[in-house]
Amino acid sequence: MNQVIRNLAWRIGGPQGSGVNRIARLFARACASQGAELICRREYHSNIMGRHSYNDILMGSLPVSSHRESTDVLVTFDAETLCRHAQSVTESGFLLYSDSDADVRLQRLSYLDERLRDDISAKLRLNRLPESTQGLLQMVEQAGVTAIRVPYQSLLSLLGEELGLPKKAVSATLNMLAVAVSAALLKLPQQLLLTAVNTSFANKPDIIQMNHQAVSIAYQYVLAHLEQQDLRVPANGAAGQRLLLNATQSVALGKLAAGMGFQSYYPISPATDESTFLEAHADVRLTTGEAAGPLVLQVEDELAAINMANGAALTGARSATATSGPGLSLMAEGLGWAGMNEVPLVVTLYQRGGPSTGMPTRTDQADLLFALHAGHGEFPRIMLASGDVASCFYDAAQAFDYAERYQMPVIHMLDKALTSTLQTVPVFQTSRLAIERGELAAAPQHDRGIDRFALTASGLSPRPLLGQVDGQHWLTGVEHSEQGQVTEDPVLRESMMEKRAKKLALAAAEIPLSEKLEILGDEDAALTVFTWGSNKGAVVDAMHRLSDKGIRARAVQLRLLWPFPTEAVLGLLDSSKPSVLVECTCSGQLNTLFRQQAGRGCDHQVLKYNGRPISGEALFPVLQAIHAGEAESRIVLRNACE
Amino acid sequence: MKDDPVKMELTYKDYQSNYINDWCAGCGDHGILRALEKAMAELGLATDQTAVFGGIGCSGKTPYYLNTCGVHTLHGRVLSFAAGAKLANPALNVIAIGGDGDGLSIGAGHFVNSGRRNLDMLYIMFNNGVYGLTKGQPAPTLRIGEKTRSMARSNIQAHVNPVLLAMVSGYTWIGRGYAYDVAALSGLISAAIQHPGIAFLDVLQPCPKYNDIHTRDWYADRLYTLQDDGHQALITPDTDAALVQQRFNQALILAQQWGERIPVGIFLQDLSRPDFQSQMAQVEPACADRPPCRQAVADASGNTLVDLGPLFGELKI
Repeated sequence: MNQVIRNLAWRIGGPQGSGVNRIARLFARACASQGAELICRREYHSNIMGRHSYNDILMGSLPVSSHRESTDVLVTFDAETLCRHAQSVTESGFLLYSDSDADVRLQRLSYLDERLRDDISAKLRLNRLPESTQGLLQMVEQAGVTAIRVPYQSLLSLLGEELGLPKKAVSATLNMLAVAVSAALLKLPQQLLLTAVNTSFANKPDIIQMNHQAVSIAYQYVLAHLEQQDLRVPANGAAGQRLLLNATQSVALGKLAAGMGFQSYYPISPATDESTFLEAHADVRLTTGEAAGPLVLQVEDELAAINMANGAALTGARSATATSGPGLSLMAEGLGWAGMNEVPLVVTLYQRGGPSTGMPTRTDQADLLFALHAGHGEFPRIMLASGDVASCFYDAAQAFDYAERYQMPVIHMLDKALTSTLQTVPVFQTSRLAIERGELAAAPQHDRGIDRFALTASGLSPRPLLGQVDGQHWLTGVEHSEQGQVTEDPVLRESMMEKRAKKLALAAAEIPLSEKLEILGDEDAALTVFTWGSNKGAVVDAMHRLSDKGIRARAVQLRLLWPFPTEAVLGLLDSSKPSVLVECTCSGQLNTLFRQQAGRGCDHQVLKYNGRPISGEALFPVLQAIHAGEAESRIVLRNACE
Repeated sequence: MKDDPVKMELTYKDYQSNYINDWCAGCGDHGILRALEKAMAELGLATDQTAVFGGIGCSGKTPYYLNTCGVHTLHGRVLSFAAGAKLANPALNVIAIGGDGDGLSIGAGHFVNSGRRNLDMLYIMFNNGVYGLTKGQPAPTLRIGEKTRSMARSNIQAHVNPVLLAMVSGYTWIGRGYAYDVAALSGLISAAIQHPGIAFLDVLQPCPKYNDIHTRDWYADRLYTLQDDGHQALITPDTDAALVQQRFNQALILAQQWGERIPVGIFLQDLSRPDFQSQMAQVEPACADRPPCRQAVADASGNTLVDLGPLFGELKI
């Protein structure tokens, strides 16, 4: 029986270093090339080899915005993955496991967190089942899951024989075998997988051949030995050309489109991927064919990263740095210098779990208030947050426009969840960018250079550049005169403080509402979800589910976090009943900001702070309960198996 | 650094700004400033194509007193700002200035890593052994057991030797001057500016207010000039390996001299190592023609000029 289903959730896990992420991307590419819209979430440890990692792909024939915490298909080739995720498989779903993992005692899995092991053991004891993978498999099978045992080792031996290689030489294709078995069961045309292999391993003919053979062996094995399954990879014949990429790539493309000239960085999870992608693609060309592209440089620390970008920005190059929380902690002083000297500097901030080293590879949104206040003294900054992979492109580009128009640092907020989320998106329209460079100083006002900090009605002073002909000028982190020379004069100090503050007021007045926030769902609904950053996907997903149940709701996705869109938020809070904050923090930081700026916060806070992103699947029942008036004011989303 | 054509006969006065100088009378800073003005005049550096960066402390105020582009940065970060500007606009003449506390304590990481990069710029360290502006705490150049005027107890931490540190960090021009010998110092600054790579100039400088050990009198009979003593500092791409080693070792020995005889002059000039720009040109050949400050950004209507087609192609489904 062929069952047509709307969405399919597929998961693969395995030890780090075994190519889980690469093979998941390969599978995603194959499914997307059949027309599936998909989102691929990645979870991994701060570790090189051995610890557990996994990828979730949710596919549909229509765009999908959020991962699912349950999965229809679970692909495993190690016992730890089986233990961690078997209970997440849906009733009608199936899981693949290696025959060699059929009976492994939980005690033997050294990387399995003790808390999780105890949880699983307790459950198995309760069900009078052995504390092993065998017991666990029995338990999930009793719950309706189809557990499929695959003789991976025999298949590897066969592959070795066919290629005339020792088994050890082909063992790296274990992940490919596992994925191909699942693909065959899902009736994904074999050719799509073979083509994705070609793309994924371009210029490595030996590896391509080995993986092609592995795919072929897996498909033959499924045909000969396994029962048909009802699940299918969704297809969408109507899907046009799309991109399959993650947020670091999207941001990097946005920066290239914006004509960024300089980026300095210090390696830090999860921000590094953006800079290394830029390094690998810095040799772009102009439409005229001329060579272009930024200078991207790894430097000694985040102090150097932000201050080199400051120095570069003074020459007129569009300049940026990219980091995460610990890096921003070090950058605070440089950020203040940019504020004081009115430098158009872009800081791309990929939030991760804090405080301190925190959880380097897990998600969090707890840098909101820190980013807003980082640096001593009072200086203006602009903060904008992207909600999904596609908007990262446009936001990354526009960050430079804001920075140059208002001559101040711009912090572009992202988070780890977005960073590692791969998504199918429409090809970016570069024509949507309306690049604006801000006012530059023309001719010197007198024979001794240009007054960099000339007092004007708007607060903006035309900006001279280092190296501009006859354009010598002074810049300083000390309070200064219009000429950029030290002053401690109380009257001038007030004027300069006001000058800098005015620019923020100008930004608040000029930036259109459509760039400040986005209203999703039923605009006139009373139930209102306020959120920012990568929660957007979960909120959109939950809104669809609410709508299916006939519950009217709207969501407000904040993009401009500073200057805070007070008036708009206040109006929306007024018309909300009830208002709900959704955020990946423990304290509800956006609510703190609401109270500070609008005088009151949301009625409910739905929070998650275990380092994992919120899903629409988990958010939906909570919103439903809130709508029914059956929810507490503070609700924490939890999942012990993520 | 680029030698700009002399527009007209320039004197040091052409490099002076009209901003009032608030350094103490008798401070070594005055001598260094004058030497810098003279060197820039001698080389005829275009004031609008020259950017002087200052750290924090008395020395950091230098940019205010010069009629070039002046950037007063943050404590310890002067090299980062200067490097950013130089990387983005390689045509600029870039001079970074900071104190010994700025460069060897809070900014030591940048000091070391700037040597690694070998960008074509000059770093002048005003070395007076104390934190003057915060009233005389020991700087990292003050030796263990020494106690200057305002210190409550003698120094209990050992010193850093800036010349040695510069050598092991890869600076390709390393010299030392003396603040009260303006003529010689001006010559050193001029040579350092002309060096095609990262130059480090350690300037011994009495602080009449807080350093009552290393005074004008203390230095008077101790300083001697390396080049007068026959020291050979130059390494060229053609210098054979054994001689390179010999010159480097000799400089290492001389850098450690302190006490009765203190060398000034040029310790090392290494022309054999490619500077950053040529290194960059190897991996990004087009980089030399299109420095970041000249990166094309948009046409008059605000459209991007960058062709993202090939990149989209890579990521397309």
